[in-house]
Amino acid sequence: MQTAPDALFKSLADPTRRALFERLSRDGALTVRMLTDKSGVSQPAVSKHLGVLKNAGLVRARHRGRETHYSAQPRALEPLVDWISYYSRFWHERFDRLEDLLKRMDP
Amino acid sequence: MTTTRSVVIEKELPYPPEKIWRALTQGSLIKEWLMDNDFEPVVGHKFNFRSTPVPNWNGIIDSEVLVVEPNKKLSYKWGAFGLESLVVWTLVATSGGTLVRMEHSGFGADQEAAYKGATYGWQRFIGNLERVVAGLH
Repeated sequence: MQTAPDALFKSLADPTRRALFERLSRDGALTVRMLTDKSGVSQPAVSKHLGVLKNAGLVRARHRGRETHYSAQPRALEPLVDWISYYSRFWHERFDRLEDLLKRMDP
Repeated sequence: MTTTRSVVIEKELPYPPEKIWRALTQGSLIKEWLMDNDFEPVVGHKFNFRSTPVPNWNGIIDSEVLVVEPNKKLSYKWGAFGLESLVVWTLVATSGGTLVRMEHSGFGADQEAAYKGATYGWQRFIGNLERVVAGLH
């Protein structure tokens, strides 16, 4: 599924969601309860954050019996990792345009 | 460990700082090389850069002027996709013109970490996920 980049960026703009995503990347599939323990965040809040991450394609939910296990989908991060290459190209191009403008401007 | 995520362009240009400053701070001139905008060189001024919308993005950058030191330093926020980053321009007069430096740093420090145990800053996150993504290939 193709996910809009802004959903990805917005979902990761929240530090709690970044932390949840990191934990899932590191520890594999976990339940809401496992993610809530010692997190200092309530279970409903964790569930809500997981929903946002899921909508952005960053986590996947798998039902096992009565429990749902969430796992990270790191491939969804690629647009974010491309941030630097995107802005590097962007600014080099704009810098060239700035130089062109300076040539045309009055002294 | 933190990873610095920034784009830096540094170049000496054969013009005085005053001229380059005009290109960086006059709305109609900024439009010619960067984007349409309602920039004002006033600290605290909130404005937008507007580019052509593309699929999944409305083309609008939310900005705020942070530093205005005429002919020397200009800085503004650069907010896109819910991600706030920072642009800093520095001008230093040289014998042949001006050394122009632009740094666009992404993923600034977080205000607070709601998740217990650590400050999950963007920079650390990016450093970590870089390894995750590298492992994909």
